[in-house]
Amino acid sequence: MNLAADTTLLAPELVLALGGMVLLMLGVFIGDRIRNAFSALAIVLLVAVGVMVVSGNVHGRAFHGAMVIDEFGRFIKLLVLGGAALVLLMGQGFLVRAKMGHFEFPVLVVFSVLGMMLMASAGDFITLYLGLELQSLALYVLAAFDRDNLRSTEAGLKYFVLGALSSGMMLYGISLIYGFTGSTSFPAVAMVVQTGGVSVGLVFGLVFLISGLAFKVSAVPFHMWTPDVYEGAPTPITAFFAASPKIAAMALFVRAMTEALPSALDQWRQIIIFISILSMVLGAVAAIGQNNIKRLMAYSSIGNMGFILVGLAAGSPEGVQGILVYLAIYLVTNVGVFACILGMRRGEHMVENVSDLSGLAQTRPGYAFVFAMLMFSLAGIPPMAGFFAKFYVFLAAVKAGLVPLAVIGFAASVVGAFYYLRIVKVIYFDEPAPAFERDMGLGLAGIITGAGIFTIFFLLAAGPLVGAAGAAAAALFP
Amino acid sequence: MAGWPILSIITFVPLVGALLLLIVRGDDRSVRMIALVTTLVDFVLSLLLWLNFDTGTAAFQFVETSSWIGAGIGYKMGVDGISVLFVVLTAFLMPVCILASAAIHDRLREYMIAFLVLETLMIGVFCALDLVLFYVFFEGGLIPMFLIIGVWGGARRVYASFKFFLYTLLGSVLMLIAILAIYLQAGTSDIVALYEGMHRFPVDMQRWLWLAFLASFAVKLPMWPVHTWLPDAHVEAPTAGSVILAGILLKMGGYGFLRFSLPMFPVASEQFAPLIFTLSLIAIVYTSLVALAQEDVKKLIAYSSVAHMGLVTLGTFTFSQQGIEGGIFQMLSHGIVSGALFLSVGVIYDRMHTREIAAYGGLVNRMPVYAACFMVFTLANVGLPGTSGFVGEFLTLLAAFRFNTWLALIGTTGVVLSAAYALWLYRRVIFGPLEKVSLQGIADLNTREMIFMIPLVLATIFYGVYPKPIFDVTRASTAHLVELHRQGVAAAPTEAHP
Repeated sequence: MNLAADTTLLAPELVLALGGMVLLMLGVFIGDRIRNAFSALAIVLLVAVGVMVVSGNVHGRAFHGAMVIDEFGRFIKLLVLGGAALVLLMGQGFLVRAKMGHFEFPVLVVFSVLGMMLMASAGDFITLYLGLELQSLALYVLAAFDRDNLRSTEAGLKYFVLGALSSGMMLYGISLIYGFTGSTSFPAVAMVVQTGGVSVGLVFGLVFLISGLAFKVSAVPFHMWTPDVYEGAPTPITAFFAASPKIAAMALFVRAMTEALPSALDQWRQIIIFISILSMVLGAVAAIGQNNIKRLMAYSSIGNMGFILVGLAAGSPEGVQGILVYLAIYLVTNVGVFACILGMRRGEHMVENVSDLSGLAQTRPGYAFVFAMLMFSLAGIPPMAGFFAKFYVFLAAVKAGLVPLAVIGFAASVVGAFYYLRIVKVIYFDEPAPAFERDMGLGLAGIITGAGIFTIFFLLAAGPLVGAAGAAAAALFP
Repeated sequence: MAGWPILSIITFVPLVGALLLLIVRGDDRSVRMIALVTTLVDFVLSLLLWLNFDTGTAAFQFVETSSWIGAGIGYKMGVDGISVLFVVLTAFLMPVCILASAAIHDRLREYMIAFLVLETLMIGVFCALDLVLFYVFFEGGLIPMFLIIGVWGGARRVYASFKFFLYTLLGSVLMLIAILAIYLQAGTSDIVALYEGMHRFPVDMQRWLWLAFLASFAVKLPMWPVHTWLPDAHVEAPTAGSVILAGILLKMGGYGFLRFSLPMFPVASEQFAPLIFTLSLIAIVYTSLVALAQEDVKKLIAYSSVAHMGLVTLGTFTFSQQGIEGGIFQMLSHGIVSGALFLSVGVIYDRMHTREIAAYGGLVNRMPVYAACFMVFTLANVGLPGTSGFVGEFLTLLAAFRFNTWLALIGTTGVVLSAAYALWLYRRVIFGPLEKVSLQGIADLNTREMIFMIPLVLATIFYGVYPKPIFDVTRASTAHLVELHRQGVAAAPTEAHP
């Protein structure tokens, strides 16, 4: 074991862990004095780690294969770090105003990001579980961050109980896989399955593993927590839930399936197709009746996860490439939408009903325009970015011969288009409601503008992102 | 002209105009001016395109290629004899629409931006030589049109805009799956390359692809029985929106058949032709009868559009040069005539704010010039010789007659019925005594309205009397299309049993 080499490989994670602890100490000892600087410090830390991830051009397996540093992990880490930094940037104003500007928020975000980075690099079921738990524990606390608010505490508790249940199921699945293959290391498991075939016990383990992972990405039928947690948690935290953790969990999902169980493709593909169809359909249908926009976004994210799983069902490099492109676009779109939701403020009062957006196009044309374009993007209408997201995953699905899945997916996207259009309708067609506060802060305005530009002009610069995603996907298929 | 990316310029000039509108501050007058100048510049450019178009070749011209999203999907633009005139038609109708929007005062800037963006997307559809690029333009048009109907439309605008959007989207996603399948099968989405290697699609695959494309084009055209979004959308859209819908958006369906279905899936087209004929004949007869029963002027014209589009598909699927040329001519002519009819309705709607036929009558007494213009368009809609409506109708029916007598027989009843509803409409609105008190003060066309009516009248009569300029452009390409189709059919059996 070469400690120095392993440490070099994991330098970004180590810096993030140390940085998080420093932030925590600062918070404990001089927290009151630099109260409002914590988010900024955390953003600097995240960006610095991001730069390290980009510049550290190293590959390999560290700590006896427990961690894998490759292009795929790097891609995911950048998305996760970017998502967290953006969420911290846009959440600051809200949390200070809501008297929730405790230093714990950025610290918890940093630690959950650390968990996500471990997830993105997991090369072993034990690392997978550790990363997932580190991430989840931080998230449970975050969900209940508004501790005097009944809905927020309920969200935290619900998330914790169900999350613990799913972790248990996953752990059980992992133990079965270990029992039937004799290893927890992804390559070793893959080797055993390839030579020894897929045993019934392994399939049982697989089912439990997928159940646990499906819970984390909120795929149907393990989605029940999502709407309640999204609605209950403070909005910036909901934005965080919708962004980075979903991406990390999906990355974990992809890596566990393609690296550890490639020979069991036929077995897990059936399950993935099943939960993918359920997620797409439920995400589309259940959102129609929602009036709370955060709840609506919860169903939207369930639907989106269904579309992403279509790429996984393809089980090919193209599928993973599609997933990565989708995740990148999903991240920006969701951060943009939640930035828009954070801008929905009348006086000191946050509003979050769809009807509150009435006639926004007349009171705030620019803001309304971006909001509407993000909705068209989520609906997958070209030339918005969201179209290309769906384009690549479905391309992979059709290539893998999953045409019926593609047809169902597109049908679901048409149904889904209805509720996104409903928001556009409220924004553009309805009579104006009282205007929102004009002062939304530079960070928020910047994020909204940036998300709008990305969404509309993605088609001009799709090449590099798609190329990077292709390179990252290739890392999983040596 | 050589060396200039003329097609990209024509496509994106309106978008530049839209961005200009975003930036420039100014009153309504300057907003209208910017929009008008932009569309006029674009129209002049499209005329230059027409002038420089080489009518001697069937190949794509002014081709531009650049890499886009990689892996065989590129940005490729080009026109041939089939598409170039649609570009001109679009660019021609846009300034007319801008001029006809004088009644719009509410959120004018956004209105003009929506129209300019729409123009970019529509021209892009006719220029795109890459399937994915085509799809992006084709679907992208839904966004501005949805907003135009929904924001500036009539009483039931929300219903109509949703119906329009979801109907079209559902048809289009099926086409998208077909596009993905083509791309994966052929390894490229370049239309020119696909033409060259067209027999690569096995016959059973052709059938599925053809049906998927049909789903999209049938909704867009629209064909019976998926036409029901059209009357709603037409009635609720503002006048200029109806003009664009009838004039351009419907033509995308017919264009799609010519660009994709016939040359790429020749065997499937041949096999499914009876289906198209049946749907076309039902459209012609049934929607004409429905038109007879309408009390709303716009709805009547909307149903008449469905019937006229039935003739287009009838001609196209005879696979003869006559039929295809007739179909193209019919589309171009209908683009002008139906657009003009909606404008005519808009003129009286702006004055009286009702579209009910019964609310009018005897307008000729107060509006002689208007009555004359409306007369030309009505007769063109009926297909009277000497108007542009006649040429296309005659050719398509002739082609149908040579294909199958019964086809032509039933198709011709549509002409009779169109005379019935169009002339009846004209009689009820224009002729008769001017009895209604509300109509006593109605004024004839003003200068602005004359400016956009006169070119339409001239175009209608000119191309009715002298259609040669149109056929000069389309001849080489349609001959090539028929040849491509014939080769495809001839090559197919060996492909089916290798």
